[in-house]
Amino acid sequence: MKLLGFLLLLAGWAIVLTAAVLLPSAAARSVFVLAGIAVEILGFGLVIRAHLLAPRELR
Amino acid sequence: MPGPGVPIFSLASSVLCLCFICMVPLAWAGLALMNTGLGRLRSAAHAMMSSLCVLSVAALVYFFWGQSWQGFSGESQRAIIMGGKSWSWLANGSLFFRHLPLSGSPASLAALLGIATVGVVALIPLGSGADRWRLLAACISAGLLAGFAFPIFAHWAWGGGWLAQLGANYGLGRGFIDAGGSGAIAVVGGLAALSVAWILGPRQGKYTLDGMPAAIPGHNAIFVLFGCILALLGWWGLNSAGALLYAGVPPGRVVLVIVNTTLAAAAAGITAAIITSVRFGRPDASLTANGWTGGLVASSAGCAFVAPLASVAIGVVAGILVALSVEWIEMHLSVDDPGGSVSSFAVGGIWGLLSVAIFARVPTGAFEPGEMAAGHSGQWLAQFIGIATLLGFVFPLVYGSNWLLNRFVPQRVPAEGERQGLDLYELGAGAYPETVTHGDEFARGS
Repeated sequence: MKLLGFLLLLAGWAIVLTAAVLLPSAAARSVFVLAGIAVEILGFGLVIRAHLLAPRELR
Repeated sequence: MPGPGVPIFSLASSVLCLCFICMVPLAWAGLALMNTGLGRLRSAAHAMMSSLCVLSVAALVYFFWGQSWQGFSGESQRAIIMGGKSWSWLANGSLFFRHLPLSGSPASLAALLGIATVGVVALIPLGSGADRWRLLAACISAGLLAGFAFPIFAHWAWGGGWLAQLGANYGLGRGFIDAGGSGAIAVVGGLAALSVAWILGPRQGKYTLDGMPAAIPGHNAIFVLFGCILALLGWWGLNSAGALLYAGVPPGRVVLVIVNTTLAAAAAGITAAIITSVRFGRPDASLTANGWTGGLVASSAGCAFVAPLASVAIGVVAGILVALSVEWIEMHLSVDDPGGSVSSFAVGGIWGLLSVAIFARVPTGAFEPGEMAAGHSGQWLAQFIGIATLLGFVFPLVYGSNWLLNRFVPQRVPAEGERQGLDLYELGAGAYPETVTHGDEFARGS
């Protein structure tokens, strides 16, 4: 789950970069940048979830 | 290839900038005192020793190759062409400052400011790793941060890199704005702090079996609160020097920078004090200190571009976000962060970057009349792209490097070391030899 979360973080960033490079119109660029950030938030959520389970062993 | 133009810098700007850079070590002292005071008595000497060691390692690594990767606007850069635009991804400097005439030129001042700021970045994770982070591991981790994540992002934001060029290349406002380092210093350090807290795990006895956090109070509120005042002086230097060097503001605007920095910290500190008074019946010193720091951090990005009243608003929001997120992160994310570094620096820093898009009135060209309206959509997008880069690139990089380090050098001390305290376990002597350290009431079974 953690690995998937980090992959989503990288994928979201790739979407943001691609939108900045390839899309000429401001509206399309904004939509795709926000979509990329949404993917990153999803990935960050997965990383958080992965760490919620792990520390119980240390308690 | 050559980078974007060299900024014009008068002699007055150089002298002023040098004076402000000399104030930044006060931020080191402030953060070191805060981290020490928020940790436990049995690890106090270790906390200060770690601060000194990570500062040394960070400065040396930055000198060896960090600065050659960060560079400065106008110097030679490594760039690729994408979509017909030049994307500068790394500076093309020489190792050991060899390409820099240390003569007071803007590039040499930027290198000096780099040494000062990399120390601040390296100190931030010490707050989240307090009471359980090995000295050797902390030093290597600081070296990785100072050698990779910080200079790469600092080049993109400050050194004429692709984030700074978003305005020129794609018409996104004035490009990614982070004059004093809300992103390049605070969020980079805050995300490293989160990585370290996750990799180390919580301190013994921090969480009960059903996941409820126990309060492990810091050992010295005086250190913490005095550290806040020192940090304010350090941030005056950090924001002013950053605004002069990286945002190219005229020397006269430094007054606005200092006013904004102070107002944001004051508003954030008092907001955090009020919130804790309402919630707990009394103001909480450590959360007020975290709020104050969050205000300093949030003020950095737009310090030269927002009105004083906007700074108060930025500080109030930072105080609310930091005071609430410290508890939320501890309670719901099971992150044991004794220094509140994740909230103060990562949360406060991201808010600071966003606040630029909301409040900043940024000139479109040189600093002449005709300033851009606040809330310019292109500026919003530039700030979002910067934040996306911090989350999508910097966070995996710092987490991955710390995870890899943990495979070779276990970062957490054994349970016995944590019980004894890091002072005795790693240094062989305590910070307060005449004080008897009592049994560990927080660790079960001890």
